[in-house]
Amino acid sequence: MKELVKYLAEALVEHPEEVRVSQVEGEKSIILELRVASSDMGKVIGKQGRVAKALRTVVKAAAPRGEKMVHLEIVG
Amino acid sequence: MKSVEKTGKTVDEAIQAALEELGVKREEAKIEVLDEGAKGFLGILGARPARVRVTVDNSLDAKVNAAREFLAGLLERMNVSAEIETEIGEDQLVYMRMSGRRMGVVIGRRGQTLDAIQYLVNLVANKLPGPRARIVLDAEGYRDKRAETLRNLATRLAAKAKSERRKTVLEPMNALERRIVHLALADDTEVETRSEGEEPYRRVVILPKRT
Repeated sequence: MKELVKYLAEALVEHPEEVRVSQVEGEKSIILELRVASSDMGKVIGKQGRVAKALRTVVKAAAPRGEKMVHLEIVG
Repeated sequence: MKSVEKTGKTVDEAIQAALEELGVKREEAKIEVLDEGAKGFLGILGARPARVRVTVDNSLDAKVNAAREFLAGLLERMNVSAEIETEIGEDQLVYMRMSGRRMGVVIGRRGQTLDAIQYLVNLVANKLPGPRARIVLDAEGYRDKRAETLRNLATRLAAKAKSERRKTVLEPMNALERRIVHLALADDTEVETRSEGEEPYRRVVILPKRT
């Protein structure tokens, strides 16, 4: 999952070398925290959060069924 | 392909000027140094500006390749193996059709995932210079099937609106799907269709016309 988020973010931003993804595991869910260069925040959020929403949809789809819920958070 | 030639005090300055004119980044362009330039003696004698030629590939093909490569990598990381068939249409329109097992994962509920992937693929392709490409993504003929379902639904609900003489509201849909419904009922003189509400909850309503 981490790999997937990293791949998506790197394809969208201007500074792929600054993309970081960390994983925080809770009891019922997994939180993936995405960090990008501050100048790239717009690229992963998009107008009215459109890009962020698309990223979350893809991440949810890729998460294995019946296992922990996966949340994607974009950290500034 | 589009290329410009620029001069500058240094090779770097000349490159920068060319990149700015083309509106692209260094890694997207092919750079040829035509003349390294010379400082000359005391900056006067024999001084020559640096000269470069910068070329970018602004073709649709470059975008299609980038899109396809991105999509293949994305599917791989979603653990989905699929074949991708690409067809280039008119007006920068590109169709990419996926087929394989587990296409349900790629499509998602009401095509949500397919739409999300399509949006991302378009963003990645159009990061490259050149006229905007419009990529339509499909999986196992989902888009055609969905259009057919929507047309059937539209006819059925229009009949209901007519017989019950009241407004019928459909569930929220995206712009493309609403368009299919409006078009399906455009020739029906006994009903009128409208879209109401705000995205992403905008929905089609069918109203019987007073006779």
